Amino acid sequence: MNTPLRRLATVVVVMFVALMGATTWVQFVQAPSLNADQRNVRTLYREYGNARGPIVVGEQAIATSTKVDDPFGYQRQYLPETAPIYAPVTGYYSVVYQRSGIEEWMNTELNGSADSLFYARLEDLVTGKQPQGASVQLTIDPAVQQAAWDALGDQRGAVVALDPTTGAILAMVSKPSYDPNVLAGHDFAAVTEAWTALQADPNKPMDNRAIAGNTYPPGSTFKLITAAAALENGYAADTAVTAPRELQLPQSSSVLHNFGGSACSGTGAMTLADALRISCNTAFAQIGLDLGADALREQAQAFGFDTPLNVPMKVTESHFPDDPDAPQTALSAIGQYEVRVTPLQMAMVSATIANGGVPMQPYLVQTVRSQDLTVVDEAEPTELDRAVSGATAAALRDMMIGVVNDGTGRSAQIPGIQVAGKTGTAQTSEEAAPHAWFTAFAPADAPRVAVAVIVENGGSMGNEATGGAVAAPIARAVIQAALQ
Amino acid sequence: MATVAPLQVRPGRSLELGLLIIALTLGVGAYALVGLATAGSVPADIVGYSAGLIALAVGMHVVLRWRAPYADPVILPAVVALNGIGLAMIYRIDLAYEAREKAGGFAERQLVWTAISMVLAAVVIVILRDHRTLRRYTYTAMVAGLVLIVAPLAPVIGREINGARIWIHVGPASLQPAELAKIVVAVFFAGYLVTTRDTLALAGPRFLGLQLPRIRDLGPILLAWLVSLSVLVLQRDLGTSLLFFGLFVGMLYLATERISWVLIGAGLFVGGAALAARLFSHVGARFDVWLTALDADTYHRAPGGSGQLVGGLFGMASGGLFGTGLGQGRPDLVPYAESDFIVASLGEELGLTGLLALLVLYLVLAQRGLRTAIGVRDGFGKLFAGGMAFVVAFQCFVVVGGVTRLIPLTGLTMPFLAYGGSSLLANWIIAALLLRISDSARRPAPVSDGDTGGLPVRGAPPAGSDNETEVLILDEDIR
Repeated sequence: MNTPLRRLATVVVVMFVALMGATTWVQFVQAPSLNADQRNVRTLYREYGNARGPIVVGEQAIATSTKVDDPFGYQRQYLPETAPIYAPVTGYYSVVYQRSGIEEWMNTELNGSADSLFYARLEDLVTGKQPQGASVQLTIDPAVQQAAWDALGDQRGAVVALDPTTGAILAMVSKPSYDPNVLAGHDFAAVTEAWTALQADPNKPMDNRAIAGNTYPPGSTFKLITAAAALENGYAADTAVTAPRELQLPQSSSVLHNFGGSACSGTGAMTLADALRISCNTAFAQIGLDLGADALREQAQAFGFDTPLNVPMKVTESHFPDDPDAPQTALSAIGQYEVRVTPLQMAMVSATIANGGVPMQPYLVQTVRSQDLTVVDEAEPTELDRAVSGATAAALRDMMIGVVNDGTGRSAQIPGIQVAGKTGTAQTSEEAAPHAWFTAFAPADAPRVAVAVIVENGGSMGNEATGGAVAAPIARAVIQAALQ
Repeated sequence: MATVAPLQVRPGRSLELGLLIIALTLGVGAYALVGLATAGSVPADIVGYSAGLIALAVGMHVVLRWRAPYADPVILPAVVALNGIGLAMIYRIDLAYEAREKAGGFAERQLVWTAISMVLAAVVIVILRDHRTLRRYTYTAMVAGLVLIVAPLAPVIGREINGARIWIHVGPASLQPAELAKIVVAVFFAGYLVTTRDTLALAGPRFLGLQLPRIRDLGPILLAWLVSLSVLVLQRDLGTSLLFFGLFVGMLYLATERISWVLIGAGLFVGGAALAARLFSHVGARFDVWLTALDADTYHRAPGGSGQLVGGLFGMASGGLFGTGLGQGRPDLVPYAESDFIVASLGEELGLTGLLALLVLYLVLAQRGLRTAIGVRDGFGKLFAGGMAFVVAFQCFVVVGGVTRLIPLTGLTMPFLAYGGSSLLANWIIAALLLRISDSARRPAPVSDGDTGGLPVRGAPPAGSDNETEVLILDEDIR
């Protein structure tokens, strides 16, 4: 009977190995998804029981947790004077409505459960210190953020500023905004009421327009991409392009006009650089027709269109139409029809040109520090695939300098600093005023900041608005703040 | 002819004492940690508690020195460690229930049951001088086993709790007779199979390369199957049903060495269970919960939803690799955290690491039991020890497998760890019987009286042994 006993012993070992496998599956492999499950109240209990790490901008903690004497243990607070300014970045932390923004995307670091904090947790365990979440230091420059917030005034819109050499996000402003403190309270009824009011607001204050609101038609700022495609396909800055007063769109009865119905040049032709400088619609529509939709899409994608991006929040993908016919291609080439972008995407276009044609991965989190201030995670600038050649980038830079010095973007000029930029005035519908755009970088020869500004529906100027008049001054203020 | 060097057999009692100290340290340390984590200081009764636990464990150790000096030195420490950790965890869950003003007091009762169980285990070792005596009661055991299994169905004493009719109430005490039935049923199977094994092993028709038994020998397995299925259907207890049938098939295989019996048994049970799942909604619901536990529909269904199972999974997941630490999780969020779901509670607070360590402890326990079965000389002892070691391992498999969703969840409790008097009592008696059998397995055979041709070899076969190669195996396997 010893042989079957030994076999039975093997069977017992196999049974236990299966149990160990199943346990490992539950506690290790499946654990993250089980912990993230909405029905798992332990995650909430544990989070409220621990001090959540602060979110830091510059030297200032803009979101902190303080001990309170209620069942939740800790109260999340956002610095009152800056709470709405940073709301699109921090997001909110609510006992009723979970989280958003950095609070959501850096949640495991802030609550201390991230894998990267393993050794910190171990240390707390050994030293018996009260465990605390990590602090998250953002790349935001408070002066730039404040300048963007002030410059945008009461207008609806968004501003994004990047460091073109690293991809660090220096400012991310979206207006109108909200006070996340009203959602962080522990009084369920008050929080629910505030939430309902914010959700019902037609101005959508909780949308982060900079990265994840409704995407916008880029208007003439898209001509940078069309020009890039042209330069990459044999054009030069001084190549003569046709620039008629009106362009009869192929296969349709539509006629494309220039802004205000004016002629771009007396001769009906001009250089590519001049066409960008005065933002000549007919010239770029014709270039788009000549290059074709595929070349435009390819160039747009090289700048980051149709590519998933997290900063760490998820960024809505910018999109170039999938299969436009000829007239739609002509309209797409000037940023109309169904081209849709986020302000961050347009800031990336400027930043890429500023960085010699190489886009940098945008990021919002500079460092993650454990309780004892040890750096557990530090952002490393990451190059993305080259979008245009160095020569193309240089040519585009010179053309953008022309826009600011002697074209549609003159109101972005800063004494003593060479700014390179591009305006945009995007038609949305017959009734609504156009969106005003401006994207730029400076200083042109050694760029330190790239910026994109959108003011929805012309802002305070309404139908009279142009990118140059409404958006460029905001960009100028942001650039000045960044270069100080 | 093999020449055998005399094997030096060490009783291993000092080793046992050393391991026992480690086991007690674990149990008492866990108890102290619970206090430290929840109240910031060691529990007030820590001195009395540790003194009691130490007295009981050392008492067992002394009884072994006295009555079973050659008993396996690992079994007792393993069991004491499991029992001690279980007590600490139950105490911890009590505290959580207290904080939520739910009924607690499980730890005190479990402590009383631990004392009763250990004393009874000692009594078993003292009274039962030779396990072969039990063979005389083969058919008495059958009757006792059937009575115990059927008792919960009896009108006056039987009680239905949470849908399963597996309890009896006698006066103030409530018992799960099936736990005790494990032991008597194992006695019956061992006694019955050791006499009929040759008949059952006889070859029948061959089918697909498999040597099938003779049709006329299918009677006993069909009977065991019917009893198991009636437990499943009438008492609504998948766990007990699975446990008895698993025990029977396992022992049948040990007796006959025929894989075909295992396959027939597994086929019968799976078929029967599948049929029952279709015919009876309470069985079907168990399968549904198993397969679709995380679906919102299943989760929110009441009664019979997967809330408890998923709650356990959530608890284990939140424990992660290293656990929250004793007293720092929320095991009390799962219903029956102290009994059916103590594995999830331990997984939450001790983490994957702690749970794997506990599983290894069980594996060691089961393997020492099987090792005992290999070492013991008589067929009855082999079957009995093998069956009991297997039933402990199998019960772990059914419980942990159920909690981790490896197999459908059943109502069984984890041996030694979980709250429950009947279970604790039965498993301590199993431990005592294994210790008793291991004593005779490891005890040097009396010096030969001439049967072996005058070779004065320790470990030579005593008269009446059923297999010559087996008797030479004393402490180490020589095969």
